[in-house]
Amino acid sequence: MKKLLVWLFILAALFIGSYSLAASKNIILATTTSTVDSGLLDALLPIFEKQTGYTVKTIGVGSGLAMEMGRRGEADVLLVHSPADEEKLVKEGFGINRRPVMHNDFILVGPAKDPAAAAKAANVKEAFSRIAKSGALFISRADKSGTHAKELSIWKKNKDTLSNLWYLESGQGMGATLIIANQKEAYTLADRATYLNFKDKIRLVIIFEGDKLLFNPYHVIEVNPAKHPKINAAGAKTFADFITSAKTQKLIADFGKDKYGQTLFFPDALNGNN
Amino acid sequence: MEIIEIIILTFKVSGCALICSIVLGGGLGFFVALNNFTGKKQAIAIINTGMGLPPVVVGLLVLLFLWRGGPLGFMELIYTPIAMVIAQIILATPIIAGLTMAAIQAVPEKMKWQAAALGARGWNLVWLLAKETKSSLLAAVMAGFGGIISEVGAVMMVGGNIRGQTRVLTTSIVLESQKGNINQAIILGLVLITLSFSVNCCLTLIQQRARK
Repeated sequence: MKKLLVWLFILAALFIGSYSLAASKNIILATTTSTVDSGLLDALLPIFEKQTGYTVKTIGVGSGLAMEMGRRGEADVLLVHSPADEEKLVKEGFGINRRPVMHNDFILVGPAKDPAAAAKAANVKEAFSRIAKSGALFISRADKSGTHAKELSIWKKNKDTLSNLWYLESGQGMGATLIIANQKEAYTLADRATYLNFKDKIRLVIIFEGDKLLFNPYHVIEVNPAKHPKINAAGAKTFADFITSAKTQKLIADFGKDKYGQTLFFPDALNGNN
Repeated sequence: MEIIEIIILTFKVSGCALICSIVLGGGLGFFVALNNFTGKKQAIAIINTGMGLPPVVVGLLVLLFLWRGGPLGFMELIYTPIAMVIAQIILATPIIAGLTMAAIQAVPEKMKWQAAALGARGWNLVWLLAKETKSSLLAAVMAGFGGIISEVGAVMMVGGNIRGQTRVLTTSIVLESQKGNINQAIILGLVLITLSFSVNCCLTLIQQRARK
């Protein structure tokens, strides 16, 4: 019996050991739900994996959690859209080589009948204010994502109080939040790529767009190996180089054109936009 | 086809977890039921509590242990199928142990004495009792399997629901419904129920044959 147990233990150790050896080719990419839900990474990653032999483990969470994973060394590379927090991460020394990748914009979506008359606002700040004053439902991501950070920064510009009578927190990703907003006929702030991807499944329409406050840039950040020696720094750099390369930038520009008739993400790596 | 991959992974992960839980849970159940030791009542209470462990809490614990910064981080198991198997073993083992224990304890003491008097010792006694309580033990296996195949919270956390690597039926149902692909989610749901039904059918057939 004892011998059998010893053998089982050895077998289990070998099994786990073989897994560990194979693991050095893994890259953990912590990113936002928008790059996952829009289908962009599904289009890019197979090409990257084929070119480099790395396996990418994509963890699609809010930008806030993604950066927290970077800070703790639980991710190797980040693709996020929350500029103020990103700068903080780099300043604190947890992230290096922050490079622009692409941008699109945020849009305020809501029910077509627009009960708050937010579409008539002169700017997005006023549109938000109109929603607050009318008491029409607004769904917040409330998940520390880049979209949530942007939404909070706009509310902050007004002095409206966010009452839980009309301001609801979903705590979920962009896709799930759009579905909830659709069911409750509520307003929500969305990134354009995810909205277009969901457009034929929901009845929400674009209420307000085009304000320069709604600019939404994505950056790639490598986690600093000096802070966390265990991370796959070489893999992170390979991925960051790949996503900012001319070839990939062209793929990003073309992504979604056949399906939606418009560009979902505008490439930024080559022209140095921030 | 992607769905085939997902089904195969679901079977691999659930199968591995079920086999390990049967060995661990069954062993634990027999041990506690057949031995008298100090703290036995407490042990039973702990196992019974374990039968209702919240999957998200288990997921969180496994996550903390397996993260690179955690005590077992050097094994690089986070976001792998092995991590999912570990979480499911922790969930299913107490279920199987608790039900096994109850089944063995329900065997009349007289019968145990008789078996012992006829010379059954150690493994022989365990084997005899297992045969005697076959249908209850199979019910324990079915309960464990049910817990494993339907679990979503823990495997989502420790597996990460990575396409082609750790995406199983339950996590892809969550993903598809979040993406608004309700039709896809319904199809996956039907596949999951069908799989669960067929496995339980097989186990039930064995169980009912054992009753004759």
